[in-house]
Amino acid sequence: MADRPITIREALSAALREEMQRDERVFIMGEEVGVWGGTYAVTRGFLDEFGEKRVRDTPIAEMVIAGAAVGAAMAGLRPVAEIMTINFAFLALDAIVNHAAKVRYMFNGQFTVPLVIRTTTGGGKQLGATHSHAPEVIFAHFPGLYVAVPGTAYDAKGMLKASIRDDNPVLFVEHSTMLQRRSPVPDDPDFLLPIGKSDVKRRGDDVTIVTFGKGLEWSTAAAETLAQDGIEAEIIDLRWLRPLDLEPVFESFKKTNRCVVVEESLPMFNVGAEVAARLQDELFDYMDAPVKRVAAMDVPLPYAAEIERMALPSPEKIVKAVKEVVGG
Amino acid sequence: MATPNKETLLDWYHQMVLIRRFEERCAELYQQGLIGGFLHLYIGQEATGVGAIAALKEHDHVITAYRDHGIALARGLDPKRVMAEMLGKVDGVSGGKGGSMHLADRERRFWGGYGIVGGHLPLAAGIALASKYEDRGEVVLCLMGDGATNIGYFHESLNLSAVWELPVVWLIENNQYGMGTSVARASGVTELVKKARAYGDNGRGMKEGPRIDGMNVLEVYEQVSEAVEYARKHGPILVESLTYRLQGHSMGDPERYRTKEEVEQYVASGPIGRFRAYLIEKYKNIEPKLDEIDARALEEVDEAVEFAKNSPDPTFEDLVRHVYVD
Ligand SMILES: Cc1ncc(C[n+]2csc(CCOP(=O)(O)OP(=O)(O)O)c2C)c(N)n1
Ligand SMILES: [Mg+2]
Repeated sequence: MADRPITIREALSAALREEMQRDERVFIMGEEVGVWGGTYAVTRGFLDEFGEKRVRDTPIAEMVIAGAAVGAAMAGLRPVAEIMTINFAFLALDAIVNHAAKVRYMFNGQFTVPLVIRTTTGGGKQLGATHSHAPEVIFAHFPGLYVAVPGTAYDAKGMLKASIRDDNPVLFVEHSTMLQRRSPVPDDPDFLLPIGKSDVKRRGDDVTIVTFGKGLEWSTAAAETLAQDGIEAEIIDLRWLRPLDLEPVFESFKKTNRCVVVEESLPMFNVGAEVAARLQDELFDYMDAPVKRVAAMDVPLPYAAEIERMALPSPEKIVKAVKEVVGG
Repeated sequence: MATPNKETLLDWYHQMVLIRRFEERCAELYQQGLIGGFLHLYIGQEATGVGAIAALKEHDHVITAYRDHGIALARGLDPKRVMAEMLGKVDGVSGGKGGSMHLADRERRFWGGYGIVGGHLPLAAGIALASKYEDRGEVVLCLMGDGATNIGYFHESLNLSAVWELPVVWLIENNQYGMGTSVARASGVTELVKKARAYGDNGRGMKEGPRIDGMNVLEVYEQVSEAVEYARKHGPILVESLTYRLQGHSMGDPERYRTKEEVEQYVASGPIGRFRAYLIEKYKNIEPKLDEIDARALEEVDEAVEFAKNSPDPTFEDLVRHVYVD
């Protein structure tokens, strides 16, 4: 079947619809997923198509949305729970970290938690400090959980379908400003992408840019600018923060000997810190420059557009960081 | 609800005595350093656990908090394997990775003890949702402490169970304290079962169930049986069992929040003594039989300790297993 260019929103919708058609045990629960059609319109039309049993509006109660989804998953269903935005996942942190991620281990493998928690992340929409977090890295700290951070429609569809079919709990993080991005996606109802595989999104010999989510967009723009100056960046899209697949990063780094990590996370204890540590550990002899990190500034995100923009990563900041590591 | 016959009553008596002896032995093993971590004993609350679990069918579900040894034993988990878990051994019900607070047995539909106060309440709702979703007609018995009724999870879980009409019996084991804080010092309403009113009205949503004498195993059995059948037919119900923990909250509790006299009073009216007296009055010449059960319980605990001590320690392979489904 031919690939069609569709948006990330459409890709997510298609993934959910196909998986619900395939498996009766898959159902959706969350705030405004039904009558409203999903805060980001991902589940529009689902209530009519699948009915109230499988498209379940919940009260505004994140602890029980996550926790009940864990219980339902343990007891044999395959819930796709939606937390409206990741900002509200802080209220569900206990259910996600202490229960979704741990019950299998703690009870010695007696329980399985085939659960997907979908949520949106990201700043840049002038929503102020409480509504602009991109804290997916926090969730990647915990063994027992997977964290998906797709940056294209193709990845969004293949990764979401794989997440729903997998028997482990997945936090599936969609970027709220990227839902309209379009790319070709297979129609094949069995199109799946492997869990925990990063992807080389652009080839280049001069510098390795490691990124995910919104960072992919900023990095791609930066790479185009850099190319005009004769610097070819290789862009590795992690796609998953857990399992974290750094093999392609290592391969690339052996060739480029330089690395910049780009992410919307805050600057301390982030993916860049992890990647830098792993590179110096594994490939110290290949390092020609310190690993640079481009992240959000270490402030809560403000409302005013100009200073909000200032606080976030940008192609310009990436270009600058790359030029520092390539010494040009 | 079947009226319990003599055999059943003796079985309950056995379970209650077994729990008591088991817990006493756990306390000793803790003092000897063989049990680590936190240890929360069920002494004083045996009638609630035994009576409530007797009210369930085999296909029903049980989930509780960290004060879970008595619940595990009442649900029929092997005392040997429960003791092995206490000692952190591979033959433990959770492979030595859960510990005293985290016992579970999937086969027996015992979904575990949980160390985070209130953390298992939404899980109970989810398990009940699965039962309803697949029309299985199974009820979830979710036990919790009085203290858990003040945590956010309580509100969110009871409310969701009401809105979705989930088959859950929410059973509060009101032992009158959450650690050192009495119910009156922690909760705006002290008749905890009244909290049901926030989640239901006029036959819709949560049903306010009875406040029961949790020291009387027969009453617990009868009332919880009715609640279970209510939940099976109609949806969630909140029940409050008035009980008392005769030991500290966990080992090493200096118990500054209550008086010796208060504790003594409950020792005198303890659930096992009361039930024994009831049996002696009901059945002629039953005492030798009861003594025999007492002796058997002690032997079972001895055997459990022996088994646990001889079970191997978990290994590096166990350490790294079961983080994910492979
Ligand atoms: C969320 C959370 N907060 C605090 C604690 C510490 N803690 C453990 S038990 C307990 C008291 C709970 O009392 P209750 O629910 O009445 O149960 P009981 O111990 O009486 O059986 C507290 C505060 C915890 N385990 N979890
Ligand atoms: Mg209590």
